[in-house]
This record gives sequence, C-alpha cells and structure tokens, in this order.
Amino acid sequence: MSTRLTTGGRLLNKAKQVTFSFNGKQFTGFEGDTLASALLANDQMMMGRSFKYHRPRGVVASGAEEPNALVNMGQGGKFEPNQRATTTELFDGLTCTSQNHWPSLEFDVGVVNNYVARALPAGFYYKTFMAPAAAWKHVFEPIVRHSAGLGKAPKDRDADRYEHFYAFFDVVVVGGGVAGLMAAKAAGQAGAKVLLMEQTAHWGGRAPVDGGKVDGVKVDDFIDATVAELEAMDNVTLRNRMMGAGVYDHGYILGYERLTDHAPLLDGPRHRLWRIRAKQIVTATGAIERPLSFAGNDIPGVMLASAMRDYIVNYGTSSGDRVVVVANNDDAYRTAFTLKIHGLEVPVILDARPNGGGALADAAREQGFRVENGKGIAKVKGGKRVTGVAICAQAGEGAVLEEIACDAVAMSGGWSPVVHLWSHCGGKLIWDEAQAHFRPDPDRAPTSHDGNAFVVTAGSASGPLKLGDVLVDGQKAGEVAAEAAGFAVTSAEAPKGEVHDEAPLVPCWMMPQGAGPKLRMKAWLDYQNDVKVSDVKLAAQEGYESVEHTKRYTTLGMATDQGKLSNINGLAVLSDALNQPIPATGTTTFRPPYTPISMGAIAGEARDEVFQPLRRTTIHDWHEANGAFFEPVGHWRRPYCFPRGRESHADAVKREINQTRESVGLLDASTLGKIIVKGPNAGKFLNMMYTNMMSTLKVGKCRYGLMCNENGFLMDDGVVARIDEDTFLCHTTTGGAERIHGWMEDWLQCEWWDWQVYTANVTEQYAQIAVVGPNARKVIEKLGGEMDVSKEGLAFMEWKDGKIGDFDARAYRISFSGELSYEIAVPASQGRAFWDALLEAGAEFNIMPYGTEALHVMRAEKGFIMIGDETDGTVIPQDLNMQWAISKKKEDFLGKRAQMRDHMASEDRWKLAGFETEDGSVIPDGAYIVDHGTNANGQRNTQGRVTSTYYSPTLDRGIAMGLIHGGMKRLGDVVEFNKVDGSTVKAKVVDPVFYDKDGEKQNV
Amino acid sequence: MSKAVSALDGVAFEGFAKVEETGLRGMITVRGDLASKEMAAAVKTATGAAVPALRKVTSGDKASVAWMSPDELLVVVDYDQAEATVSQMNEALKGSHALVANVSDARAVFRVSGDGSRDVLAKLAPVDFAQEAFGADDIRRSRIAQVPAAVWGNDDGSFEVICFRSVAQYVFDVLKVSVQSGGEVGFH
Amino acid sequence: MLTLQCPYCGVWAEETELHAEGEAHLKRFGPDSDDADFESYLFMRENPKGVHLERWRHASGCGKFFHAARSTTTLEVFGTYSAQTLEPPQDIKDKISAKIPNWSWREFS
Repeated sequence: MSTRLTTGGRLLNKAKQVTFSFNGKQFTGFEGDTLASALLANDQMMMGRSFKYHRPRGVVASGAEEPNALVNMGQGGKFEPNQRATTTELFDGLTCTSQNHWPSLEFDVGVVNNYVARALPAGFYYKTFMAPAAAWKHVFEPIVRHSAGLGKAPKDRDADRYEHFYAFFDVVVVGGGVAGLMAAKAAGQAGAKVLLMEQTAHWGGRAPVDGGKVDGVKVDDFIDATVAELEAMDNVTLRNRMMGAGVYDHGYILGYERLTDHAPLLDGPRHRLWRIRAKQIVTATGAIERPLSFAGNDIPGVMLASAMRDYIVNYGTSSGDRVVVVANNDDAYRTAFTLKIHGLEVPVILDARPNGGGALADAAREQGFRVENGKGIAKVKGGKRVTGVAICAQAGEGAVLEEIACDAVAMSGGWSPVVHLWSHCGGKLIWDEAQAHFRPDPDRAPTSHDGNAFVVTAGSASGPLKLGDVLVDGQKAGEVAAEAAGFAVTSAEAPKGEVHDEAPLVPCWMMPQGAGPKLRMKAWLDYQNDVKVSDVKLAAQEGYESVEHTKRYTTLGMATDQGKLSNINGLAVLSDALNQPIPATGTTTFRPPYTPISMGAIAGEARDEVFQPLRRTTIHDWHEANGAFFEPVGHWRRPYCFPRGRESHADAVKREINQTRESVGLLDASTLGKIIVKGPNAGKFLNMMYTNMMSTLKVGKCRYGLMCNENGFLMDDGVVARIDEDTFLCHTTTGGAERIHGWMEDWLQCEWWDWQVYTANVTEQYAQIAVVGPNARKVIEKLGGEMDVSKEGLAFMEWKDGKIGDFDARAYRISFSGELSYEIAVPASQGRAFWDALLEAGAEFNIMPYGTEALHVMRAEKGFIMIGDETDGTVIPQDLNMQWAISKKKEDFLGKRAQMRDHMASEDRWKLAGFETEDGSVIPDGAYIVDHGTNANGQRNTQGRVTSTYYSPTLDRGIAMGLIHGGMKRLGDVVEFNKVDGSTVKAKVVDPVFYDKDGEKQNV
Repeated sequence: MSKAVSALDGVAFEGFAKVEETGLRGMITVRGDLASKEMAAAVKTATGAAVPALRKVTSGDKASVAWMSPDELLVVVDYDQAEATVSQMNEALKGSHALVANVSDARAVFRVSGDGSRDVLAKLAPVDFAQEAFGADDIRRSRIAQVPAAVWGNDDGSFEVICFRSVAQYVFDVLKVSVQSGGEVGFH
Repeated sequence: MLTLQCPYCGVWAEETELHAEGEAHLKRFGPDSDDADFESYLFMRENPKGVHLERWRHASGCGKFFHAARSTTTLEVFGTYSAQTLEPPQDIKDKISAKIPNWSWREFS
C-alpha cells in the first residue's frame, strides 16, 4: 500500500493538517502536499480511469507531465476539469472527483471497452465510420458524443477573475531549478533586467531530491543562498507558481501565473497571464523521465522511478511497501537507495543493460540489493493495483523466469530534455545517440526580428543531466543571453557540482526486446490517449510513415500530453516498425501551451460588462431610461425603437413614423461620422474621394456624396458641408467613421503626400440630433436663440452656425426622411441638455424620439439608398441609378477607372427599382426574383433580389427596393419573389420613390 | 456653461490605486508643420510652452502640449478656454497650412494615482511602463484593452489616460477591474 | 506575434497596435490606363516565400502608415521606412542583400 512515512517530506508542514475530499470521501493531508501526494498518503493509488478503455489508472509522475491523475476540481462556478493532481497544491476544503468513469471509479461500466480492446485498434473511428450514412446519426454520433472529451465541461459561470499583464525584460529565464538560478544570476550580474519564473511553488527543481554537493555544501543550501542573492538584486524579478506557457515570434513569451489556486480564499485574480517581450529567453525547463514499455506498465503502482523518489523526499509518502526497480540507466538506482533509507523493501533491481550499471550499481550490490543485469519485466500482475511482476530476459521474447510479489514498480527509461518551449517558435533538435534523446541544436535556435537567435537552453534542457554539468551550462546560458541582449559579460567560473561516474544508458524501447503481439497490446506508450505499442505498429503497417500522420491516426502525444511522456518511446517504436533510425523519423511538433492554461487567463479582463467595448452617445442614458430597444451598429448601441408599455416593436415603429410624418420626431444621429478635411488642396482631394464634384460646393452649402473604392464599388455615403474656402466637413455612415478617416489618411500619406490637406476625425465632438417633421421648425423656433431657421434663413441643403436657445449649434438643413428636417450638432458635453430642451419645447407637438427602424422605413419610402442594404460591396452607383451623383467633368476619382470596365458598364447588370406586392404583403428579407428555367444545379434561375423591404405605415402596405435585370426599364412588369416556404409572391416593378415624389415636403 | 457635463461626471474608484475621471478638459487637435517657426510661435502664444519633442509633453503657463504624431499636437487647456485658444491658434497660424480643431467634447480623461499605478496600466496596454522607460512628461498612444487611448505621466507620479468619450464607461470599467484589491502585482 | 518599429514615432509596436495594409509600392493606374495595367494594379499581388515589402499602419498609435521589409519565412524584419517613398531605401536593400544575396521583389533587388 501507499502510505505516509514518518521520515522525509521536506516540503510538508506537518504541524498543519488540511482536510479535503475525493469522490465524496474525506481525507487529510498536510500543508505543502500536492493532491497526488496526499491521495497516495491515504492509499488512494487509483486516481482515474483511462480515456478510451477506461482502465484503472494511478499516478505515474510527480509533475506537469502526469498523464493519468486528472481530476474534476471544485464545484459550481469554481469547477474545472482535467486538473493534474500532481501540480495541484493541497488546501483546506479542496473538493475533487476522478474522471472518465460511470457510475464510479471502482466500478465502471465503460471498462467494457477494455475487454473489447482488440476491436478498438488505432484508427478504429476512421475505419468504423465508413459504414452507412444512416448509422452516423443514430448509432455512432450518440456514442461518440457521450464518450468524447476529457473530463466534464463546466456548466456554471466562472466565479473567478483573471487578468493580463504586459512586461518587458532583457532576459527571461523559464525554470527555477539550479540551471535556471545560475542563468538568472549570470544575466543579472551582467546588468540585464531579468525575470526568473518557476512553475511550482519551490526553487531548485529536482536537485534537492537527487542530492549532491555544490562547492562542498549541500545543494539545498546552495539553492537557498542563490535565491537570496537573486532576491537582493534590483534588476531581477523572481516569480514562482508561474509557468512559461509558450514562446512566440519576436521574443514574445507567455507566463501563466497561478495566484490563488493554492489558496482559493485569497482575494484577487485566480490567474494572471503575463504577456512578455524578452530580448532573450533562457529555457531551463529540465528533463522528464521516460517510462519503459512493458506489458501492464499502466497498472496503478507502476510509476516513474524519479517520481517515486520525489514522493518520499518531498512529501514523505511511499508508493508501495515492496518496490521492484526496473531501468536501463544508473539514475534509477537512486530511487532504490531512497526507498531503502526510508525503510521500504526493494526485492530486486532489474537492469535491462546486459552489462549492468556503473558505480551506483556497485554501491547497490555492496548494500545488499539484488541486482539482475540484462533482465526486464515480462508482465506486471494485478488489476487495480500491482500485485507482482514476471521477470524475463530483456533480450528474449518474454519467457517468464521468475515471479516476484510487489505492490509497486519504479521504472526508468532514461531522460528526455523538455524541449517544448525551444521548439514552439522553430528551434530545431538533434538526436543524441549516447543519451538516446532529442536535444536542442544550439546552431538552429529560433530567430527574432533581427535574424538572431533569441532562445538559449540551460541545464538538463540542453542535454546534460549531472549536477556539475548542469551548473556550468546554466551559468553559460545566462551569460550568452545577457551578451546577446547587449550587456558586457565578464565570465566567471561556475560553482563546482559533485559529479558521479555513471555508466551509459542502453536504449530500451520495448521490454522484452522481442515482445510478441500479446504483450505489445498491453504495453502503453501514451497513457493519456490510450495508445499502445501495438497501435503504433499497426499504423506503420497500414502505411502511416510520417510521424505527424501516425500521431493523428493513433492520437499519440496529442491533447494535453503534447508528447511529454510518450514522444520518444512512440518515435522509437515507429522507427523500429519502419526499420529506420530515430532521427530519420523525427519528432512531431510541440505546440503551446506547455500544459493547458485556463480559458479565463486567455480572456483576461474581457468578460461580462467589459467583454467588448460598447460605444455610448451622450444621450444613451436617456434612451435606456425610456425603454429603448437597442440594436448594435458597430460597437455603438443605437435605439431601434422606443416601445411604450406593452407595445410591440412593429407598433412602436409605426407610431414613431406616423408621429414624425404628421408632426415632429427626434433622432439621435450622434453616431454619424464627422471628418474635417482642411487645406489648400482639400477640394481637389475630395474630388478624388467622392464621385461627385466637391470643389465647386459653395461655402454654407451641403452636398450629398458617394464614395467608391478602386474597384468602383460603393463603400460609403454622406453629406459634405463646406465650412470655409479651405475647410470641408464630411459626414460618413455610423459604421464608416474610423474606416473612412483611415481611407482618407491612406491616400494622403501614401499616394498624394505632396497635397496640402489635413484631416481630423471629430465624430465624437458633437452630439447630433435630427429634428424631423412638419413641426420641426416650430420646435426649434420655440427654443429661441439668434439663429434664423426660416425657409429663407436656412434653405434646404444649407448649414449655419449660431445659437439655438443658448446652445452653440450648427444646423444642417438636410433630410433623410423626406420631411422638413434639421440636423443640429452641439458640443457633445451639451448633448443631453439639448435633447432635453428639444423634448420640452416639442411637448405641445407631441414630439417623440424615433429609432433606427423608423429611420430605415422613412428613407425607403423616399427611395433613398442605405449603405449595407442597397450595397454589399459589389454594387456601383450606376446600379442604383445614381449617375446624377457621378461627375462627368472630373478626369479622375477613386473608382472611375473600374467603372469603365466591360462588366461594370454592361447593360446586363442588375439595377435598382421599386417593388409593390400585388397583395400588399411585405416581401421577405433576402428574397430573390425568380426567372424561367433552372441552372446547372437544378436551382431556379434568378433575375434580381430584394435589398430593402418594409411595411410602410405611411402607405399601409409592403414596399421594397431591389436590384433587377433591366432595372427601371422593367417598370410595370410583374415578377415573382421566392418565399421561405417555397412559394412565391408577385410584385410589380415601380418607381422606388414611394412618398412625395417631387420632394415638396422637405423643401418648405 | 453649467449644462456641459463630462462623460461620467467625475466618477472615481479606489482599489490598490485610485482611478478618477478628471472632468471636462479643453483639448485641441493641431495639425501642421511642427518644425516651422509659425507653429513654434503659435504654440508659444497660445500655451506658453514649446513644441514638444517626439512622444513628450511640454507645459506652459496657459496650457500643456502633447506630441501626437509627426504632424499633430494636442493642446490641453481649461475647458472654458478651449474656444478662445482655438481662435488664438487659428489667428497665429493664418497663412500657414494647418488644422486646429476643438475636440474637448470628444474625449474623456482619467487619472490613475497611487502605488501600483504603473501595474494598473501594464494590465491593459502593451507598453513598457517601467520607470526608466516611461516617466513624467512622456506620452504614449496605444490601446487600453480593446480601445485606442493615450497615456501620459504627471510630475507627481500619477498618470492620465485619454480616450474617446463614447468608450469612457468601458475604459473606466477596465481600469476599475485592474485596480481591484488583491490584484496588486508588486512589479513596477 | 511580431513587433515592428514605427519609423514615425519610434515605438516598437506589437501587432495588436498595428494594422496590416497589404502590399507596398503599388503604382496606381487611373482612367487613362489600359485594361492590363489596371488589372495588374487592382488584382496582381506578390506572394513571396522570403523577402516581402508591405504596408502597415500604426493604428492604435500615431496613426501613420509605413513600410516594412520582412521575411515571410523567418519573420526577420530588415527595416521599416517611410510611406512617402517609391522604393525601399538603399540601407535596407543592402541589409537584405547581406542576408539573401540575389533577392528580388518586383522591380527591386
């Protein structure tokens, strides 16, 4: 059994007991425990079930590489699936449940997959789903949906808060082990601004567990002293519980800081995502031990040798009473020693190497350990827990030589550097034959904006594994990084670390070497994704020769694992099956993040009210208080209508239109873009921007203008007012203000930079209110002030500055509704007061605000086009019969050349006309005008489409505008628009101006 | 002009640092040849300050002037002085190619003060707010979360954030989130 | 996420402050142009594996458009330069040549 020891546990505070629950059972642990160590201390070795076969699974590792011990953490708004028990710090009140089983961890129905495992080989889904299409809907999809996904998706809103943080450094060191500490110190001493981040709560990495001396002192003390030195340096920032999540272009690196995961009662954000720019990055990310591939290597109790050591030294927790050690290298002997020191039994050390180990092996024999060279495990016995192992010759096919009872197995297949961060941004790897691993190739580092390398590896992440070598490499990496970041480095001698002579490892990709199909089917490569040796062999046999294809076919190294444990073993098996050396197979791509980061951290502050910016006019609060129903227009929210009481939106729109046409209405038009264009060449410039001639506009007058892009297509429209000889004010659509301002600046900065023109976007300087309807003038006159707004004083298409009431106003006599209309701009700070004053003055005329829908209907009644309705990026002004707005005198304007192209000048283009249904109904939005015959796909031919369609309260019938082949030449024709139900509605082609054709009402 | 109100009417929030809307501020966009004698004279007359260097703010007895782009300045005066300053500048720049526009009502201004102010801003803008990189009289146009904004450093160690008026609530809200207690970074 | 130094305000801006604005040094063809020239101006774009000259705007910044010479494969930036020019400056061309001898991009090399 696994249990708490009386010895060990350097990270524990045994004075502080904490209580937690796992699958509803109450357990206790100590402050300083991880969830995994505390579960082990309570003899809860089985921590989950596997993803595909639902096999019982125990903890394998002690850190971020853990593939099995994933739990659902927390409840309600704090619920999060797939949390690693090995990296979850224990706290009082922690609640979690295990995953991938039903109804319980101990008894799981899904384990039936395990018994039919032979029928679920690699590519099972791809093969099976070739079956009849109907089977998809009724058989496969429900099954897949039920069983897909790792863990459960949260159902509640995330109760925590998150944030981002932008920071800039000369050198960022990832990993607070001894190599990282050395690198940070070297770079800091050179004067660089340094950040050192460590994913766990502790400094020193695994050096304290592995032991050894540095310059004659215990490595623990060396670590403490170095951390103290770094803390004293002003230019060095140390952050623990912060993981280097990913390395990206141009020195961008993400630091994932976990602030309250270990103490949820702390006030503050749960996670902070550091968005860092570094001149140089040092990855001191260490190495990860590899499992060995033998049958039954996934039975709970089979663990990495180093992890078993960690649990004893760091957490005072045993993983079993009798532990068989199996390895192909010397390092695993340290686990045997540690087990013995803490009073646990090691019946045998199986060394797969024919000639066995070096000095450590000799020491083991001296201490009385039974060491068997050239031996391995044929099979692990047990179901939910290891009960013993069957021993065989590594060189053979698995004939059992002896069975040994034990309740745990410590395995070690050698170590692989953590190359993830190095590889994220393109760092290349080389195969190290001696260590049998891929390590970073320093000559092919990721390069930055200046073409120079910006990532350097330190310590075990570079390849070396011995303490002395790691210290030297760490210091060198810090120096290299500081120098590359522009600092002068005086190279110092690295502290001397103890170095033991170790015999070389012998690669061992399958145990035993000649294992047959039966054993291979139980030898796991990727625990998380349930990929076995047999799956990779099958993939190779079926022709998946590229490692990237094999990965996707078998799911080896996918998902959160990203190949941490499985990568090299899987590649080796594939290479063997393909009969090629491992470097020829290569590796899959390591992708960020290193381990999953929370969605909350990615979103940062962008949630709830501030998920995205909302733009508000100065009158927004009034709209809100008066029941406006808003519609989004870009980031603005504009009132669509103002329903009263239980009035429907349609009724509100009808009321607003009738009121405006009969008396007076108000529109908050503040969102319209307003751009000042000024300079001696302003007229010439606007002649290029608009299809119309703007240079001839008289001061004091307004002109409606169209803007096209160089493709000739309409992109915006609006009224231009000439303020003085050199100054124009251009109105744009609501959504177009920033875009059109940028468009103007583009041409001024990049094409006609010798023209003397300046622009300024003053959209938000003004609150602009349209006072519309036969009584509009009376309302304004009632406000008083010096401005003459009579027919003569301010004629149609004129503008004027002056006082209205005591407001500083600019009034434009323009109309988008066909009624007598003034658009009045006042400084935005006075906008709300002006709105209130108009409401008060208009009370006797029953003045009321109208929304964007009334605006749309009224303009459609007048046959005015709307950018985005009549235009869709493929429509030219000529299509809308707007030749009147295109100057024939101008040699050039944006879009002119394009409008001369054959296709644009063709008589076959669909052109604007009005439509009236015979039955008075409203044509559906988006309807097409059908034509005789069908196209190649059997669909009915079309000859046009509707662009605006509304119920007109003024005419009490449906009206529409649309584009039709032949345009206004079709006047009087009856055509058919399709409807959603498959039927059609007949409509007559008419003049698109439905209301006040002669424009008498707006010009009074 | 008592009827003129700023976007959020002086709202404030205190967490580990303080955020407050400063109220109405006169702001004038000036575009022209920043190197010209005429511009130097116009700026001097209207504000008492010199034309600022790249990404700097200068101050005179009447107003401050911020560098916005190679051909654009922002003059900051008392709100009720804005129109008069516009006229003065227009007069002084008569004959030169220049654009002077009152944009006082198009903006909102927030002051961020207290320990950790730099950390508050660093949560929202991709800008190096380290002491040595950004100090008093420096100005940086960037973004605050998802909207364009400008930040400048005051002599007293506080910062001012200028944004468009329509997004004042958004900017205040994201600043509020960032100064919430418990969110101290202790970095800058 | 790349960074470019805006040649107008000097800021090293990350991509979130910038807006990509397509290919650089396009020559505008107007109403007098023939169909072939106009088509090329409207539609024909370089899509190189390697050196590319492109336009950017410091949108959330000083608002200026500028040019950048960049490798589309390594993301190395050989330089950023004024928008008010018809060709890349000699020092940037030299820098590209030092890294990629015999490079060419449209009429430049």
